[in-house]
Amino acid sequence: MRAPLRRRVALAAAALVVFVCSTAPVYWMVTTSFQRGTDITAPTPTFHPFGGTLANYAKVVERGFFPQALLNSLVVTLSTVVLALLLAVLAAVAVARFRFRGRAGFVVTVLVVQMIPPEALVISLFGVLDGWQLVNTVLGLVLVYLVFVLPFTIWTLRGFVAGVPVELEEAAMIDGCSRASAFRRITFPLMAPGLVATGVFAFIQAWNEFVFALVIMNRPDSQTLPVWLQAFNAGARGTDWGGVMAGSTLMAVPVVVFFLLVQTRLTRGLADGAVKG
Amino acid sequence: MPVSTPVVPGTASPVPGAPPGRRRPARSARSGGPALPYLLLLPATVVLGAMLAWPLVRLVLLSVREFGLAQQFGQPAAFVGLDNYARILDDPQFWAVLGRTVAFCGVTVALTMVLGTLVALLMDALGRGLRLLVGIGLMLAWAMPPVSATIVWQWVFDTRYGLVNYLLTASGAGDFRGHSWLADPVSFVAVAALVVVWMGVPFVAFTLYAGLTQVPREVLEAAQIDGAGPWRRFRSVTVPYLRPLLAILTALSVLWNFRVFTPVYVLQAAGGSARDTNLVGVFAYRISIGENRFDVGAAVAVVMVVLTLALTAVYLRQMARQEDV
Repeated sequence: MRAPLRRRVALAAAALVVFVCSTAPVYWMVTTSFQRGTDITAPTPTFHPFGGTLANYAKVVERGFFPQALLNSLVVTLSTVVLALLLAVLAAVAVARFRFRGRAGFVVTVLVVQMIPPEALVISLFGVLDGWQLVNTVLGLVLVYLVFVLPFTIWTLRGFVAGVPVELEEAAMIDGCSRASAFRRITFPLMAPGLVATGVFAFIQAWNEFVFALVIMNRPDSQTLPVWLQAFNAGARGTDWGGVMAGSTLMAVPVVVFFLLVQTRLTRGLADGAVKG
Repeated sequence: MPVSTPVVPGTASPVPGAPPGRRRPARSARSGGPALPYLLLLPATVVLGAMLAWPLVRLVLLSVREFGLAQQFGQPAAFVGLDNYARILDDPQFWAVLGRTVAFCGVTVALTMVLGTLVALLMDALGRGLRLLVGIGLMLAWAMPPVSATIVWQWVFDTRYGLVNYLLTASGAGDFRGHSWLADPVSFVAVAALVVVWMGVPFVAFTLYAGLTQVPREVLEAAQIDGAGPWRRFRSVTVPYLRPLLAILTALSVLWNFRVFTPVYVLQAAGGSARDTNLVGVFAYRISIGENRFDVGAAVAVVMVVLTLALTAVYLRQMARQEDV
């Protein structure tokens, strides 16, 4: 049954409008980052994508703390992902595979933790970290980010573990596997796509986070990329839009690409996890 | 149950309805003993306790003491009871900030939900190719770091070289050359709202689209045979199926938009008076860090936590109903 032509045209037009509204700011960021200063400040904006200069990027990459901020961001983000997945897998197995006193309490706690606005805790967390000499350290920021991502990762992975029928593990144990090795050989590989997807989301959270990084990493050499970018943006006072846009692009593009790459995998992972055993 | 994956500025949030696998956890009697689940939970519990429970306790303790600049340099912090709370409740600026935050939250949530629903319905009606196009577009907006996204919108609204002023002037809507969007508090908050909605719509749209694919086609067809028009089908068939999801998404959006920080902070640095444009999160931050009144800032933060938890009672009830916890 084919829809009438008029309806199809209207739908296509609506789709284009949504696409343009979503992507226009991103396009504008990228195209500005390749333009010469004179084009950026010209009375008529340049819309075509080929501004033809890499000067803005050269400027940004050479500008003071960019390489250091990139390194800080990478170390903080990767540490957060690895630790979060490790702690969350253990907790998810406990919640999905065991009945024990306090289980419901733990699950409710994980849910309530989601509700507490982290922004409200900035001040007291700074005090806590200060007491432990962890201000301006990677470990300090990673510990904070774990609180951000743990509830979400535990909750998601719990679903993936539960999605693997426990009978499979039991069968392996009858065949002589120990409990740990049954999990390692059966459940773990089956939930791998879920782990990847969950890890990517944790990555994006940590990579993008701004408020805590701003307060906890308050030295120029310890700042992460978002803080570096905002310092550049506020310092440039609108005079160096090309540089600021190049910085924004450098920070955003890896995340966006990553996100697009795993998205297919993510839907598959979630679908696999959702298969009822 | 649709599966959604929140990636929202500065928050992590649960996947409402992660796959409801088998509901038969094995008994702990098999091996490993009764202590095993507790050992498995220990690391996560320690981190959450040290980095969340303890800071929360400290926050409350801080809010009932006197803690300003002098105390930072070693003066003892005297217990002052609820003085800090009395101080903020007497402060007209606090009420202005709270009112502004509630209005901001209401408007942005309404816009995000309406636009998200419309986009989800559109995706459901499109063919594969166009759906992919819309999906990629949404994904781009969704994955943008909030700092980058805000800076880009700041650039689009820039006073001298901004795209908006150029387009408005060129289209004959008036002379907008040199118009400052961030100087006026109302248009400042409107720009911040635009950023928040732009970043928030993709998540709502994707989640609702996943929900739409679960609405049984037979029921929709039956309604059509019974003579229900498209609007009636949407209202009487689709919406009831999506109701739990709509409730959860609305609750989450309220949560996230109530505590918006980054867009406001970044735009304030670009222009505009912080005093007239603060939302509650930035307000607490500025009192603490800017004015060194950590005690008053803590009191504002406690009020913020209490209000948030009250707002999300709905959400928690919904979750509890869906999960046999």
